[in-house]
Amino acid sequence: MTAPRPPAQSPPSAAVLLVPGCAGVLALGCLASVLASGSVQRPVALAFGSLVVLGELTRRPGAEAREAAPLGAAGALAYALLQDVAGQPAHHGVTQTVTVVLAASLLGSVPYVARGSGPVLDHLARRVLAVGFAAVCFRPLSNQGAFDDWSGPAAALLLVALLALTTLCDAVLAAAPAHARTGWPFGPLLREELRGMVGITSAVCATGAVMALAVSVAGLWALPVFCVPLLLAQLSYRRYAAVRATYRQTIASLARATEIAGYTPAGHARRVASLGVAVGRDLGLSGAELTVLEYAALMHDIGQLSLVDPVPAGATAELPVTEQRRIALLGGAVVRQTGVDAAVAVVVERQADPCREQPVAARIVRVVNAYEEKARDAGPGGALAALEELRLAAAGDYAPEVVEALARVLARSSLSEPAAG
Amino acid sequence: MDAVPARARVYVTAVALAALLCLRPLPSVHAPWWAVLLLAALYAGSELVARSRLVGTCYPVLLAGAFLLPPPAAALVALPGALLSPVPRRPFGLRRVWRAAQLTLAVWAAAWVHGRLDGPDAVGEPAFPYALVPAGAGVLSFCLVLAVLDGGILALADHVPPSRAWRGLLPRSLAPIAVHGLAGLMMAVLWRSPYGPVAALLVLLPMCVAWWAFAQYHRERAAHQATIRALVQAVDIKDGYTRGHSERVGQASMMIARELGMDDERVETLRFAGILHDVGKLGVPTRLLRKDGPLTPEERRVIELHPEYGHEMVRGIRFLGEARAAVLHHHERLDGSGYPYGLAGDRIPESARVVAVADAFDAMTSTRSYSRARPVAAALEELQRCAGGQFDPRMVRALVHALGRHGWRPAVTADGPPGLPAERAPGLAEGARNGVGRGAP
Repeated sequence: MTAPRPPAQSPPSAAVLLVPGCAGVLALGCLASVLASGSVQRPVALAFGSLVVLGELTRRPGAEAREAAPLGAAGALAYALLQDVAGQPAHHGVTQTVTVVLAASLLGSVPYVARGSGPVLDHLARRVLAVGFAAVCFRPLSNQGAFDDWSGPAAALLLVALLALTTLCDAVLAAAPAHARTGWPFGPLLREELRGMVGITSAVCATGAVMALAVSVAGLWALPVFCVPLLLAQLSYRRYAAVRATYRQTIASLARATEIAGYTPAGHARRVASLGVAVGRDLGLSGAELTVLEYAALMHDIGQLSLVDPVPAGATAELPVTEQRRIALLGGAVVRQTGVDAAVAVVVERQADPCREQPVAARIVRVVNAYEEKARDAGPGGALAALEELRLAAAGDYAPEVVEALARVLARSSLSEPAAG
Repeated sequence: MDAVPARARVYVTAVALAALLCLRPLPSVHAPWWAVLLLAALYAGSELVARSRLVGTCYPVLLAGAFLLPPPAAALVALPGALLSPVPRRPFGLRRVWRAAQLTLAVWAAAWVHGRLDGPDAVGEPAFPYALVPAGAGVLSFCLVLAVLDGGILALADHVPPSRAWRGLLPRSLAPIAVHGLAGLMMAVLWRSPYGPVAALLVLLPMCVAWWAFAQYHRERAAHQATIRALVQAVDIKDGYTRGHSERVGQASMMIARELGMDDERVETLRFAGILHDVGKLGVPTRLLRKDGPLTPEERRVIELHPEYGHEMVRGIRFLGEARAAVLHHHERLDGSGYPYGLAGDRIPESARVVAVADAFDAMTSTRSYSRARPVAAALEELQRCAGGQFDPRMVRALVHALGRHGWRPAVTADGPPGLPAERAPGLAEGARNGVGRGAP
């Protein structure tokens, strides 16, 4: 068995640069082509461009990429999939589509960048590539009149299918750089991207399709009227995201109660949570499972608040098993009363059970907690010693597959030194 | 509507009869019956889903029906969904009839107004922007009918005085239903277009996502509220206070803040400041907090660390804003002899001065292990005596005024103690009606 070594700082791999690189090449090519050959149907381009600008202007810092500017994304997709405007065939090509969307997105991002709210390059690159993909699939065929004979409903379904393809492409574009950057397995990353897209992205795609269809029926007037439901969805989503963020902060504060009370060392809960989430990701957990894992890891020591005397240095992993289990049950009872998801309470409760009977999240919490306690005071080399100790511990205490996942995570990141408090 | 008065039954019956009257011309109406069937099935289905997820009614389908069909046929769309979907409370039959009758009338009115203004032609052509006019008028009449009927039932069944029954009903519903109306118009336009109902169904997707996010928001918010309450109860139990001390300090802080004319957001923040002011006591050994008899200077120093502990805990919770300063400074005194920093006068944050007064007031008026509760008047007298030295006189005056006007009715219920996991583990409050963790900044 070879001990994991922190890897030498690898150069930014090609995959990380692939997405912005491709987007840049595509954008420059389209721009040059439009500058050379001029643009067609300027009012239509202007209307859709304004919609994209508006969508970018309603963007808020901190929002995740996929829900950052849904209106802009919907407008851009609708422009790519536009068949005709109030009966007149639309004949803008791929290059004009990409150029209009790029220019509008850049223009809309100006206030955002001026406020210093954060980088936009990644967002822009994904937007350009997604729109480019949809346009390449649709525009040449549409401009040649390939879809003229299709019946109405079939044309609508065609748009939906194209948008689904575009979404898939977008998910791959998001998951690939993340995979290259962090080394997390690609499958779960892609699955998580796709799962995150069920919500707002499906609304964006539906609105894009509806706008393209509505403009062909009702003309450009359809744009302002038909963006309202999407704005409503965006608003609801933001409130949901805000309350989620607040909730997370409150849970983290609750978790720190044990640290402030002197039961556990400062930062212990937070470190167990971040390392636990990384291990969970490595084992293929995603979405809601990761949230449960994170909350449970944050609150795994909360049962100690019920103890009469603190455990020395909060090191529960050294206690007799019955005592560990008692504390776990106390913690589960506390968590149950806090109104947090009952799944979190189960994980906290079962954290000291034999690993064969535990749910995955509880196994992870147990292993990571033990590792954190063993490694934090051990100094240089302590991390490796702690891992060895976990591997050699009595069979049935620590799940071997979780220990190996932990080893992989430590090898990948430089987390092998516990981060300072 | 637990015991339904006879007049309310008569009212519901009358509305139901009016609804039937609207449906009477059905046999002679020429309508695309497959569209009626499809829309009715869609509405009933979405209603079943929506009710089980605690989100609102699916108005876009109804309004699309009103924009597409002749009035009696449009009214028929609402009927199956309203009659079939589950109702939360007794009397089930009466509630179902009421909802069906009300929606039937409202949809009929919307369709009738829409038809009068040449709406169907505008939708079929489609003639924008004129199509917005009949649609707007239709939505307005829809809201109007709903509001008028709702006010009636409030006055007759829930004994709301007639002067207040209708107040605010229309403005409250207008904005959300207007958005639903736009979605309905969009559905109707696409339905009549060559693309047909398939495209119209796509319109519902963004609405569904909005509803889903809204329901999630409410779920998460409720969980957050419960968590904050648990945090606070943990302190109260550990400290051996009477239950609900923290909640009551929150309420008193809120009254002072409102009396000082602060805006709603700050009032809410100050409520949190009051609720969480002692959260740092979680970090103080229970043995000291509950000690009978005098404390040694060493023990006193440890207890006096609790504002700093509390600040350390809550400083990561961004939405608390200035409440965090209140947690840190609520034991400062105006003359500078308080702790932890010995700030004086205006150097003490305003929020902390409010909470200090509220805290002292509730400590005096509730029973503790070491003292009996004093009457409110005596407590206020004591506060006024200490104003200037310990407390900000402005805050004391505000509390006196607020109590003179509203009285002191702490709204904390203490239903039996929760099953505690150990001798001093956190419990869970049942009090505080709403808003703990209004969260979103």
